[in-house]
Amino acid sequence: MSLKIHVRTTVNGEETEFLCEGRQSLLEALRDILGLTGTKEGCNDGNCGACTINLDGRIVDSCLVLAAEAEGKTILTIEGVASIDGLHPLQQSFLEQAALQCGICTPGFIVAAKALLEQEPDADEHRIRHWLAGNLCRCTGYDKIIRAVLDAGAVVRGAK
Amino acid sequence: MTTTVERPTESQRRFKVIGTRPIRHDGLGKVTGADRYGADVQLPGMLHAKMLRSPHAHARIKKIDTSKAEALPGVKAVVTSRDLPIIDDKPIDLAETLGNPRVLAENALASSKVLYKGHAIAAVAATSPHIAEEAAELIEVEYEVLQPVLDVREAMKKDAPLIHEKLTTHEVQRRFTRGDDTGVISNVASHLQFKQGDVADGFSRADVVVEREFTTVPVHQGYIEPQASTAQWAPDGHLTIWTSSQGSFGIRDQTAAILGIPQSMVKVVPMEIGGGFGGKIGTYLDPVAALLSKKAGLPVKIVMTRKEVFEGTGPTSGSYMRCKIGARRDGTITAAEFYLAYGAGAFPGSPVGAGAMYGLAPYKIDNVLIDAYDVVLNNPKVAAYRAPGTPQAAFAVESTLDELAEKLGIEPMEFRLTNAVREGDRQVNGIPFGSVGCVEVEEAIKNHPHYRTPLNGANRGRGVAMGFWGNGGMQSSATINVNTDGTISLITGSVDIGGTRVAVAMQAAEVLGLAAEDVVPTVGDTNAVGWTGITGGSRTAFSTGIAAITAAEQIKRTMAERAALKWETQPEDIEFEDGVFVSKMNREDRLTFKEIAASMMATGGPITASASSNPRQVGVSFAATLVDVEVDRETGKVQILRATAFQDVGMAVHPSYVEGQMQGGTVQGIGWALNEEYFFTDDGTMANSSFLDYRMPTSLDLPAIDTEIIEVPNPGHPFGVRGVGEVSIVAPMAAVANAIHDAVGIRMTSLPMSPGEVLKALDEQQRAGK
Ligand code: FES
Ligand code: FES
Repeated sequence: MSLKIHVRTTVNGEETEFLCEGRQSLLEALRDILGLTGTKEGCNDGNCGACTINLDGRIVDSCLVLAAEAEGKTILTIEGVASIDGLHPLQQSFLEQAALQCGICTPGFIVAAKALLEQEPDADEHRIRHWLAGNLCRCTGYDKIIRAVLDAGAVVRGAK
Repeated sequence: MTTTVERPTESQRRFKVIGTRPIRHDGLGKVTGADRYGADVQLPGMLHAKMLRSPHAHARIKKIDTSKAEALPGVKAVVTSRDLPIIDDKPIDLAETLGNPRVLAENALASSKVLYKGHAIAAVAATSPHIAEEAAELIEVEYEVLQPVLDVREAMKKDAPLIHEKLTTHEVQRRFTRGDDTGVISNVASHLQFKQGDVADGFSRADVVVEREFTTVPVHQGYIEPQASTAQWAPDGHLTIWTSSQGSFGIRDQTAAILGIPQSMVKVVPMEIGGGFGGKIGTYLDPVAALLSKKAGLPVKIVMTRKEVFEGTGPTSGSYMRCKIGARRDGTITAAEFYLAYGAGAFPGSPVGAGAMYGLAPYKIDNVLIDAYDVVLNNPKVAAYRAPGTPQAAFAVESTLDELAEKLGIEPMEFRLTNAVREGDRQVNGIPFGSVGCVEVEEAIKNHPHYRTPLNGANRGRGVAMGFWGNGGMQSSATINVNTDGTISLITGSVDIGGTRVAVAMQAAEVLGLAAEDVVPTVGDTNAVGWTGITGGSRTAFSTGIAAITAAEQIKRTMAERAALKWETQPEDIEFEDGVFVSKMNREDRLTFKEIAASMMATGGPITASASSNPRQVGVSFAATLVDVEVDRETGKVQILRATAFQDVGMAVHPSYVEGQMQGGTVQGIGWALNEEYFFTDDGTMANSSFLDYRMPTSLDLPAIDTEIIEVPNPGHPFGVRGVGEVSIVAPMAAVANAIHDAVGIRMTSLPMSPGEVLKALDEQQRAGK
């Protein structure tokens, strides 16, 4: 068997080291090695967005990134979105707007939407629909998700 | 963005908790990533398994050699159908298909024949999923490749290759029965007929008759979470399965039957489930993971890839249908004839019976003849998909009806209202409807701002269609335990796919005068709670709701007894109002729910109650879709401009989650209408088995989906609840087809109405000089 690769990263604010195989994806490393199962797998080929994480400030499908590529990078997963002070406004508005049914897509949507609101808290409906087009949800028809992101945007801007 | 019409619902006027929108109890774990789904199970020493699947759509298995796989370092166990006790040496008897564990077993691991590309043949457990995958590829299978049968009409031909050499056609008189064996061998598993009145006479009295053919292809439920199962077979024979399914008891009972072991030896622990829509009722992986665990002596997890989900789990039926409807000039329908042939996939059991029964349900028609055929094909065995079998039928009926209205010169909604069914009208099987909201739904459409606002612009059109679904009843169990601080815990057997914990908890809270937040709902494993049917058939808020209400009523009675003891009176003399027990004898004697709970240990011990439901009066549902589209004449692309879903829900327990069901079903219907399809090559390979090529709607493809909740209470539920989960998917395809016709004058009779198909129809229209 191949030699394991030593990877040093920052995950959700903590310096984190792990050993992985060359063929393992970052999604596998997060879930199977680090036990961070909040990031979900829906397709393993970059077409559903359930595995969305933030890597050095950019949202990526972690199933398309090799674990070894995370060396020296900063990762944010769903487990790092809430803080000790409470839920992120997106998490709160997803709950209030009933923007989830089965919830399997929710971590991906929240991580993706968070990156949008950090840059554009005043994103309008069309912009949000565009930004989230890489995240599939089969349950909700997206309506309540879009409303939740609009609402959270208002909170982030301080307009609500 | 348009907004959902906000008006006080019936429930808000009558109830304290029902009709409000509390935050769901399990929400926190879902927005923080803490909740654990099927694939999130991790156990010490756990192995990972992968399946070997057939590369052929139809072939005989001559030989399986697993020796190379077994020799690969890291491999701990390999299984094939030879390890399954019940298909070990017996050939499968398809005459008993209904609920036959051997069919499920044969689908989980093929024995002598593979019946579709992706049919599982063997499985390997190893120390990593990558090793398991490598090992599965080392298994050598010798096949005798046979000609696949992929189209319903081809499969029905006399000289079609037989998928099952001994399958004979059954004549079915009643749905859900196997019927009489005709002894005729063919790919037609069954024929079901409904007949009322005299259709020849009915058509002779019609002024206009429209007859059209329709076809649809299989589409997948498309849940985002692939199937996953983890099994641990302990040395003492106890088997534990952690899985995300629509029903833990169903998985337990199927697995026990396939493995030939008592139900008491199997415990199924429900994980959170990432969508099901009917596709996670049947077992695929659980018995396989169990066998691997038994062989390896370690826990084994299997997670499907997306490709396996598409190729190896059930889509819904493709279909061929012929619909003929006649009406008089005044708009009265005089007769209807409906022919349906549905593909069942590899084993009998398509939902054609539901299509036959429900397609024409919104209309009172005295003369009806319906013929329905269940046909086996070399496709994956079909599984339930939201209102199974009915969307196809509604596509045919509602499109034919729209054309008939046009030919009669009657506005389509008027035409529908003229013929709308009411309580007491007979269904196609002769049984009269109970309380139904068909007229109420149709009136709501006519009064809706969407309907009343004119649609302007070139190549734009509006369409409407009705939908019906019978909803499920089935049994559920619930246990309530009172805490000394006056809160309660509520344990049910219903897995929560989209907010049923909160919807059931709210019903218990309503009975006991508590807040929704005072209830802690838990989904119990199969050893912790009474038998409970699947979360499916739109039944959970209804039937598990009844179980919770019944248990809550028992709690109330016990509390009244405790108060009676204290006041030295009879429990019958005690009233319960606004969370307070009051003595009718002396209205000064008052005890709150909390006070009785606080003193329960001293007044007789813990207060608990368990109850089960066995509902007789299921509330059936009518719904409708109203949709505006714009057709791009250059590309054939259809854009949805506006969509409104209407639905009679009986009583909306948690309106947000009711709206969510209506929106989700509508969007699945829009995907089915415009993009989704299993695209098979001639050899039976699904050519688009990824989310890239199997195009489900994204947020960018859609507008806001407005909802109009209609509440015609169901007398069979204490609060009037009807099922809400499924019916919203029934109408969208026909509504979109009717809108396309309104926009550009073409009638689309095949699904999906993808750009290429629309373009073809536009070209034909041009050539015909219309
Ligand atoms: S799992 Fe990575 S995009 Fe679907
Ligand atoms: S909530 Fe189920 S996939 Fe989005």
